[in-house]
Amino acid sequence: MITIVDYNAGNLRSVKRACDAVGIDSKITEDADAVVKAGRIIFPGVGAAESAMETVKSRGLDDALREAVRRGTPVLGICIGAQIILDRSEEGDVACLGLIPGNTVRFKLRDPRLKVPHIGWNEVRVEKPHPLLAGFEPGDELYFVHSYYPSPRDPERVYATSDYGGAFCCALGQGNLFATQFHPEKSGPIGLGVLQRFSRWDGTC
Amino acid sequence: MGRNVLSKRVIACLDVRDGKLAKSIKFVDTKDIGDPVEKAREYYRGGLDELVFYDITASSDARGIMLDVVEKVAAEVFIPFSVGGGIRSVEDATNLRLAGAEKINVNSAAVKDPELIARCSRAIGAQSVVLSMDVKRCTPSATIPSGYEIVINGGRTPVGRDAIAWAREGERLGAGELVVNSIDADGTREGYEIRLTRLVADAVQVPVIASGGAGKPEHLYEVLTEGHADAALVASMVHYGDYTVLELKEYLRSRGVKVRMPRAVSI
Repeated sequence: MITIVDYNAGNLRSVKRACDAVGIDSKITEDADAVVKAGRIIFPGVGAAESAMETVKSRGLDDALREAVRRGTPVLGICIGAQIILDRSEEGDVACLGLIPGNTVRFKLRDPRLKVPHIGWNEVRVEKPHPLLAGFEPGDELYFVHSYYPSPRDPERVYATSDYGGAFCCALGQGNLFATQFHPEKSGPIGLGVLQRFSRWDGTC
Repeated sequence: MGRNVLSKRVIACLDVRDGKLAKSIKFVDTKDIGDPVEKAREYYRGGLDELVFYDITASSDARGIMLDVVEKVAAEVFIPFSVGGGIRSVEDATNLRLAGAEKINVNSAAVKDPELIARCSRAIGAQSVVLSMDVKRCTPSATIPSGYEIVINGGRTPVGRDAIAWAREGERLGAGELVVNSIDADGTREGYEIRLTRLVADAVQVPVIASGGAGKPEHLYEVLTEGHADAALVASMVHYGDYTVLELKEYLRSRGVKVRMPRAVSI
């Protein structure tokens, strides 16, 4: 059973539907206690870091997530869920969960052909093997929709990068916590594979 | 094309009326060609990048049918898709998002009420709001300097607005993407309106999706290169089985356009 954390993030139901399609049991909850006790957590998101953090805090989900991560529960963050696990976000200059040292930063692009938000399919390059990225092949493309990206302080936390006016981190992790800037739930069979591997992941890497 | 350039997208457009698939030729005499959910599934498996559904149902009391189609598609198709047709309020937009649409398309209602774009953008985010523009050629004038005018009601009613000005306005109000649909080219299968697409693409920062007139793979190549489009919308050329999505992508790739190639994945 996967617990999908509800903090009014837009893609909750998309994530649930993707889990359903690959035969993973999941439930959506906004209850902090349920998150602490969960066996496995997806922390999804679309939207803005500032309002996301407001809702996370008002529901006590910040402490619940910290506690779950401390207990060793496998956690998968997606998009905003990959951004607010860092210390701070440039979006609204807001303090975030601080689960992985570093900041979330905005694309600063010189090439006028490159537009922000970065919307579309882009190649994901695995920098360091991780159980959740096990099925990836060079040239695989996944779906992105974002203007900011996670920038962990320790390069060892970066598991995959993508290029948009330069390389940026699109998958990061630390122990039982893993997160992707791309959307596995909107990236076809390759994305669904990430969710399926997460449903069996023991939280080690 | 370097690695820093996003893949160009191939998007299939499905016109839906009363829950069934239809393809319009010049917006008149639509013909039923099947089940939208089945077609969406087929394209998803074939490597399509994105889908657009236009609800052309005439009566507003049939809205529930479209939400039902959206939910069914969302349960099986794991690529982004957008829904347009008859969206007049934030509530319409939110309902479609909750039913599983990644984005919503506004068109005529936004021409009549431009603030609708801003309201939707605030509610669901700019990345989920697509402004679809129906455009017709006209004689350039003081009000329409580009010679491309916005039209509504399926192309029948000109509104006296320049397409380029409207594209900029739409971007300013918070549309995250634009669909540029040429009424002159729509249904002809003789190629996209390249000049129009390029004028719009060069005037805005947001991605531009070219629409109307695709009949051959060369047409996609032209609009994605000369036309400066970020994505190409296709309809009848794939609906009637003349080309598969994979054939279109292989062609584009052979001409040096970066596209996402699907591969078999066992999950």
